[in-house]
Amino acid sequence: MSSGRPLAFTNARIVDPASGYDGPGAVLITEGVIADVARKPDLGKLSPDVEVVDAGGALLIPGLIDIRVKTGEPGAEPKETLKSAALAAAAGGVTTIVVQPDTHPVMDEPSVVDFILRRARDIELVNVYPAGAATQGCEGQRMAEIGLMHEAGCLYVTDADRPIVDSKVFRRVLSYARAFGTPVAHRPADPWLSAGAAASEGEFAARMGLPAVPAIAEKIMLERDLALVELTGARLVVDQITTASALESLKRGLDRGLPVTATTSINHLSFNEIDIGDYRTFCKLDPPLRSEDDRQAVIEAVASGLIQVIVSAHAPAPAEDKRLPYDEAAPGAVGLQTLLAALLAFHHEDRIPLIDLIRTVTAAPADLLGLSAGRIAKGAPADLVLASLNTPVHIDADKLVSKSKNSPFDGRRLQGKVLRTLVDGRTVYAA
Amino acid sequence: MSGAPPGLNEVLQRTFSFPKRHFLSATDLNEVEVRSLLDLADGFVSLNRQTSKKLDLLKGRTLMNLFFENSTRTQASFELAGKRLGADVVNMSPRSSSISKGETLIDTAVTLNAMQPDLLVVRHASSGAASLLSQKVGCSVINAGDGQHEHPTQALLDALSIRRAFGDIAGLKVAICGDVLHSRVARSNIAMLQMLAANVRLVGPPTLIPAAAHLWNVEIFHDMRKGIASCDVVMMLRLQLERMDGVMAPSQREYFRFFGLDREKLAFASDRVRVMHPGPMNRGVEIDSEVADDLSVSLIQDQVEMGVAARMAVLTSLSARLENDR
Repeated sequence: MSSGRPLAFTNARIVDPASGYDGPGAVLITEGVIADVARKPDLGKLSPDVEVVDAGGALLIPGLIDIRVKTGEPGAEPKETLKSAALAAAAGGVTTIVVQPDTHPVMDEPSVVDFILRRARDIELVNVYPAGAATQGCEGQRMAEIGLMHEAGCLYVTDADRPIVDSKVFRRVLSYARAFGTPVAHRPADPWLSAGAAASEGEFAARMGLPAVPAIAEKIMLERDLALVELTGARLVVDQITTASALESLKRGLDRGLPVTATTSINHLSFNEIDIGDYRTFCKLDPPLRSEDDRQAVIEAVASGLIQVIVSAHAPAPAEDKRLPYDEAAPGAVGLQTLLAALLAFHHEDRIPLIDLIRTVTAAPADLLGLSAGRIAKGAPADLVLASLNTPVHIDADKLVSKSKNSPFDGRRLQGKVLRTLVDGRTVYAA
Repeated sequence: MSGAPPGLNEVLQRTFSFPKRHFLSATDLNEVEVRSLLDLADGFVSLNRQTSKKLDLLKGRTLMNLFFENSTRTQASFELAGKRLGADVVNMSPRSSSISKGETLIDTAVTLNAMQPDLLVVRHASSGAASLLSQKVGCSVINAGDGQHEHPTQALLDALSIRRAFGDIAGLKVAICGDVLHSRVARSNIAMLQMLAANVRLVGPPTLIPAAAHLWNVEIFHDMRKGIASCDVVMMLRLQLERMDGVMAPSQREYFRFFGLDREKLAFASDRVRVMHPGPMNRGVEIDSEVADDLSVSLIQDQVEMGVAARMAVLTSLSARLENDR
């Protein structure tokens, strides 16, 4: 481990959702691990070989954990490699990423899991964990090697964008995964209502002449999923809930005590269907952007804790896949590098308290996946982000680190800048 | 059991008038009946080991084997049991006879009944088929496996094997491992072993354990090491290979990794553990050859031998009952 000298950050504003602390603080890092945390600006007398960094009141938070990231590796490296994604993550204050299994080949057996982990070790930037496929080839027919992938280091299983249509298959996946304590992430989308859709059904899509999916497609599938969770007792991760009607179902499920964790994407919190404007394909997403009412409901659900985890849904798509007529363009947006600044908008707008926002990308995903990171505590890995809360930033997609530049935030002005990112005490990014 | 092998007379004294006409399900039996059958079967084991094995207890009786599903070992076991007892044995296999040509099960039963068999051994792919047949014929029906329901003579031979290995079944910890969901062997064994006061556990992936199995007064484990910990008997079940290709389990290699019985997992069981398997085995899938072929732990060969004796006991008892009916 290239941790080098002990390092201390003093005079910081620590926000640590795991312990509920937001206030002045200092942190000492030795051997890649958090050795001491003080709830005051300094750590007292330190040995002279400690490198001390005066944070000058800047924000010091646990490194972000993004549990839904796509790269192009293996199989589509021109879009994004593990390395370019890791660099984008480091620049965005994201210290742990969970990559999706719908690669080429599909990550549905342990040797592909092993490949990803080996590549991540060689790159040595941020922590990279794989999510394994729930079914062979992500085809929704036959279970993948969930147990062997779990042993190989997979954190959860999912078929990524593809819902598992066959309820019998999904039931078996849930029961089987439960025996290994592996959560199952599933996209709530009725496949028949969603087929061919490029936008959400409503006045906007009608006026623009876009094939559209009604919002209830999400609710229909979520209701089935919740019923199967009740039957099997498995831990379900709702992969991006984006509509008000599905949130009602989620709330009923959680009120019944079902083991469900819901995620949403930063994009669905930040944009609505009107942002598509004149067929801006950078705003073509899967699930599609929703109405403003839905967006407001999703923000409220994050504020109330109904949605516990926010993901970037990082999905690189190069220009050749995006510069197409809207309904032919590839869906998806890059988001690793802009995640923190985009999140902080809800703090600056006084919509969601800072500590609750930070929780959705640190302690909450860490608890869901059983990671020791995501907290500023003695003994935890020194995955940290030093950020300025108020510095204005202007997002220029062309300047993003990702190989693909498909950011819907292009041209947006946000507040909040990553100053330094540490993984296991190593500085992997410095502004 | 007792030291010297019992002679014919002693075995015959163990014959009792079986109170039931059919042998359809382990749950139909009570503890006294099971113990009597085991005692009788024990006697037949000794007789079967003698040079001259032929008896005339079923002389004049007709035993009909009616196997709608292929089975080499069970059919041979019944055939041998019948022949050693002196019965005339007819093997009907629907595939090679007219009864496959669109005839319903009941028509078949009525037809066969007209031939006046005394004992009808039935195997069928549908649960409840043996019971349905038994309602339509005048002879005794023996269930040799109906769908995913029961295989009571297998449970009897398993109990006999266990009792001979351990002396008594009460209090033994028995782990039934693998595809419980589709297994008629498991259902019969759970019923009979619990009747004999064994402690039964089920071990397997949740996809292969019936949803309501926790109501059967069994402990359920999805981790095999924990499931067989300190068990005296580890009973492996056969898993059909096509169910292991992503349908009920992801792959054969994953199944073997987590639920296949090998030396490493077996080390968690009791020191005196015995391993069983109803056969035919998928070596390297649900059981490692190293374990299956180790005669110091494996009862698998014994089970086959006990099969003939247990079936002789069942045939003799049912036949005695027919005698009383006259």
